[in-house]
Amino acid sequence: MNKAFRLRAGTGGKGKGHRRTALLAALVCVFSVGEGVNTAQAAPKSLIYCTSTAPAGFDVALYSDLYTSEASGQMIYQRLVAFAPGGTKIVPSLAESWDISPDGRLYTFHLRRGVAFQTTPYFKPSRAMNADDVVFSLTRQMDKTGPWYIYEPGQSYQYFDSMNMPNIIKAVTKLDDYTVQIELNRPEAPFLADMAMDFASILSKEYADKLAASGKKGDLNMKPVGTGAFILTTNQKSVAVRYRANPDYWGNKPKLDNIVFAIIDDGSVRVQKLKAGECDLVRSPPLNEMGALRAAGTIKVLEQPGLNLSFFAWNMTRPPFDKVEVRRALNMAVDRKAIAAIIFYGEAEMAKNPLPPVGWGYNNAVPAPEYNPEKARKMLEQAGVKNLQFDISITPSGSLIANPKRLAEMLQSDFAKIGVKANVNMVEWTELLRLSRDKARNGLAMMGWAGDNGDPDNFLGMLFSCGAMDTVNNAFFCNADYDKLIMAARQNADIEARTQLYYQAQEILYREQPVLLMAYSPNTAALRRNIRGYHLDPVGLDFSTVDKD
Amino acid sequence: MRFIVQKILYLVPTLIGITLVAFAFIHAIPGDPVLIMAGERGISPARHAELMAQLGLDKPLWQQYISYIWQILHGDFGISYVSKEPVLSEFMQLFPATLELACCAIVLAVFIGVPAGMLAAVKRGSIFDQSAMGLSLLGYSMPIFWWGMLLVMLFSGYLGWTPVSGRIDLSYYFEPVTGFMLIDSLLSGEEGAFSSVARHLILPSIVLATIPLAVIARQTRSAMLEVLGEDYMRTARAKGLSSFRIYAVHAARNAMIPVITTIGLQVSALIAGAILTETIFSWPGIGKWLVEAIFKRDYMTVQGGILIIAILVMAVNLLVDILYGIINPRISKA
Amino acid sequence: MTDISQQHISSAGLRAQALREFWYGFSRSNGAVIGLIIFLFFVAVAVLAPLLAPYAYDVRFDNAVLQPPVWQSGGSWAFPLGTDAIGRDMLSRLIFGAQYSLFIGVVVAGLVFVFGVAIGVVSGFFGGKTDMAIMRLMDILLAFPALLLALLLVNIVGRGLSGAIMATIIAFLPYFVRLSRAAVQAEKSKDYVTAARLAGAGRFRLMFKTILPNCMASLIVQATLAFSDAILSVSALGFLGMGATAPTPEWGTMLADARDFVTTDKWWIVTLPGLAILLLVLAVNLAGDGLRDAFDPKLKRS
Repeated sequence: MNKAFRLRAGTGGKGKGHRRTALLAALVCVFSVGEGVNTAQAAPKSLIYCTSTAPAGFDVALYSDLYTSEASGQMIYQRLVAFAPGGTKIVPSLAESWDISPDGRLYTFHLRRGVAFQTTPYFKPSRAMNADDVVFSLTRQMDKTGPWYIYEPGQSYQYFDSMNMPNIIKAVTKLDDYTVQIELNRPEAPFLADMAMDFASILSKEYADKLAASGKKGDLNMKPVGTGAFILTTNQKSVAVRYRANPDYWGNKPKLDNIVFAIIDDGSVRVQKLKAGECDLVRSPPLNEMGALRAAGTIKVLEQPGLNLSFFAWNMTRPPFDKVEVRRALNMAVDRKAIAAIIFYGEAEMAKNPLPPVGWGYNNAVPAPEYNPEKARKMLEQAGVKNLQFDISITPSGSLIANPKRLAEMLQSDFAKIGVKANVNMVEWTELLRLSRDKARNGLAMMGWAGDNGDPDNFLGMLFSCGAMDTVNNAFFCNADYDKLIMAARQNADIEARTQLYYQAQEILYREQPVLLMAYSPNTAALRRNIRGYHLDPVGLDFSTVDKD
Repeated sequence: MRFIVQKILYLVPTLIGITLVAFAFIHAIPGDPVLIMAGERGISPARHAELMAQLGLDKPLWQQYISYIWQILHGDFGISYVSKEPVLSEFMQLFPATLELACCAIVLAVFIGVPAGMLAAVKRGSIFDQSAMGLSLLGYSMPIFWWGMLLVMLFSGYLGWTPVSGRIDLSYYFEPVTGFMLIDSLLSGEEGAFSSVARHLILPSIVLATIPLAVIARQTRSAMLEVLGEDYMRTARAKGLSSFRIYAVHAARNAMIPVITTIGLQVSALIAGAILTETIFSWPGIGKWLVEAIFKRDYMTVQGGILIIAILVMAVNLLVDILYGIINPRISKA
Repeated sequence: MTDISQQHISSAGLRAQALREFWYGFSRSNGAVIGLIIFLFFVAVAVLAPLLAPYAYDVRFDNAVLQPPVWQSGGSWAFPLGTDAIGRDMLSRLIFGAQYSLFIGVVVAGLVFVFGVAIGVVSGFFGGKTDMAIMRLMDILLAFPALLLALLLVNIVGRGLSGAIMATIIAFLPYFVRLSRAAVQAEKSKDYVTAARLAGAGRFRLMFKTILPNCMASLIVQATLAFSDAILSVSALGFLGMGATAPTPEWGTMLADARDFVTTDKWWIVTLPGLAILLLVLAVNLAGDGLRDAFDPKLKRS
């Protein structure tokens, strides 16, 4: 199906020349002989990955969205440690090994030798990756007076900040060229997993110095240089991002020559193009297409339980939602069976805990939410709530819920059945973010949470601890007993003990009902049958082992 | 010549007004630019204040406006809050896609609309005239976003003849030379690329051409009718000129004046149409770009984008004015 | 001589005759009559919606989700035009939708007419600096394509049906101001105006009682155009997700919800709301053409 796919080397990026050609194009048709050389190999293997959204940039530490993570953090960069393929176990990556001091405050990483940074038209590395690069990559995000703390107007290292890293990390020190020590202010059990996350990607200090010297700091975000298996070749605005294999990659040589991230915003169109053979791989196809995809002979569907949760947060600071009976009654009014069928097409497991059952720590003893509109109505009456009106705030689209408006309309009619008037308030996502953090908010705010390191703290600690009320604890749930459990679990390295603590935490959440739980969406991918070696990862995306027949 | 200079001078205050309006609009839209940049994980109040200061958003509005004008005079339309790329460079990357689509649409509209309108005028009252004008009214009443969906459903969904969206089959790739895919695909020399581009262009062009086609056909017809009623046409007929000569040379030439004006005035309509058409067909042009920017509250992009578009519309209107003055010298003296 | 304007409006007999002439002109065009009939049909549907619709527009039938229309296999008389993605009756939603679209047309055309004419007449009549300032402002607004302007404005005044209506009104205003100003300017220098002025008629009287009625015909034709454009514009905003909020069955918003189904076989969800918009807009435009012909005998003959 793939026609001649050629890649022109030697034309990196899209600076001024691009602008000029566009201008000229409006007037005359200019024929310019491409300065690059055709490197058409015998049969280059290209994979077209169809995705919904273009990356926002390529310095992954500046962003926190999934699409930038995939297109930059996962394709181009690597970190000290990594998640094992298909799981969340921590394995060596740029660090070959590490030691943790008995008090849990000193992490010493021993770096891999001979890891080359990518050679691109805009940068040729003169040395291998070493401790300087690691120190640079992490300290730039915490050293407020440093030259790279702000290198583009308005940027911020939002992920690093939101993970509370500025307070957790005390210092990052180079012990020798291949040894780095990170000192923490207090023990932090999930720290090693944190270091596998995108924001901890290792950039080249040599490249950054060169950019700073030539006054082109902004290029760090536009023209990335990493150690990963693929090199960025072109970024066609809202059309496609193109990569080629990194010939100097330290690990097993990637089997594909080219990878294209094609940007197609409509989910059903992605599926159509997959069926037509234009796309090779689609992740998280719309749930209503799953049946047809499983039936299609040319397509293979991969599925695993997802490390995510969709839910709606109540505002526990605003009456009458401060009363647990009211929250319980309202949650009870929602017909989740209908939602499972109509919104999730029977493909997702409806949630009963705010922690998905994929990893460890899931408390299966917690009872499933009850549906009983009659009882709900009576409970509201008993609580003295009359003529209740509130908003269901959503965005036009979501990554876990494809069509939030449809879901909100279902909730709306369920609430109407118990005499509660809910308004669907559709706003763009920054406005939803503002609303969800607003303690004056009246009603529900849609939330989707995808775990990024597999630790239960990533859900239970992030979403419901008192300290997170300014960020992602948007139900404003603050419970002293709960916080004690979470803190104790954070400072304990023993999984067995932590599991018990998290079990208790989930029981408290069941009693308190701070949110209206929706579902754990499956982690799915649909691919052409001739694609081999692709495996689903709960977090991340790895093309280095993928091959195409 | 003085007429042209005068016209341009007249535009200066309007241009200043446009920057003021664009600036005012953007500042009237509620929302917080810093939160947009901060992303989904939020930001501490202290860092928020820092960023506001860094972007100059803590200054009084009039100061912000003056520095904005200063930037524009230097060709700097700001940097997108979302992509952190200069707005002008994003515009220039996406504009060829819109221009190519708009050119195809206008060619379609003119090459069908003008002959149809003329024929309808010549055969006034005939079945052709009635059905052409009926269709034109239908086109004029068309909600084009629905028309696009309908065509996609029929031709891409049920029949599978045309692609659903995009500009070219994903398996082709060549470096943009002109930015026009039709030309670039030929230059690339890749087999089948041109036809793939053409197949992708068909439906969006039809959708975007619908309303201009209807307007142009109607306008041509009434312009032609007016010309046919003039004295010199009767004279020409009396002189025994062949009917082809009469219609094609005398009448058509004179009827062209109002038609050219109409075509010029369609620029604004084309941009409005492009917003909807590009949204339906995921066409990577400025219409879709602006809608997304509005949705994401990417203030700088919206502000820069609408300013560029307003300037563009004005420039085309000026061009039409000048052209009109040249074709019809009576106007320039008045 | 002095009482021309009064004769114009006071004589009932003359008015009746004018109306008859108007109807004669209007009814000579088949299209106009058909347009009027379709339009009245939509009005009747909107008015009688609660009686005609089988269900409320927001009631869900969980076991009849995405049911096709009655004539297709799988359809049933319970839902003659099928159901939508969450099991609501399409027919009922379309019927109630007529209320919204007509409301939009009336409000936008009416308010644009009132404000546009007021501003335009003042501008055209006074001339000078007032005129200059007003027209400059309108020039500026006209530099932005109307849909883009409405798109921006709806984000300022707030999304939703009322926001979309307000935004559309402001976006359409410049066109109306320009038209009515031009009409007033054309009339201003005519003899009867001079006569009325010499007779000592006040400014206000001159503007709105002497000049305005004589420009009325073309303005009314424009108002019908504004009516149909308003329906298109507000439904386009709905389509872009900035119009009516859930569960309002506004047709443009229904189309926005139908986008997921374009590549599926659920054609009724995609087709019907748009067809309703097209029919209503076409009817209004047909009637508008008839109005123009009836008011303007010169154009009619050509």
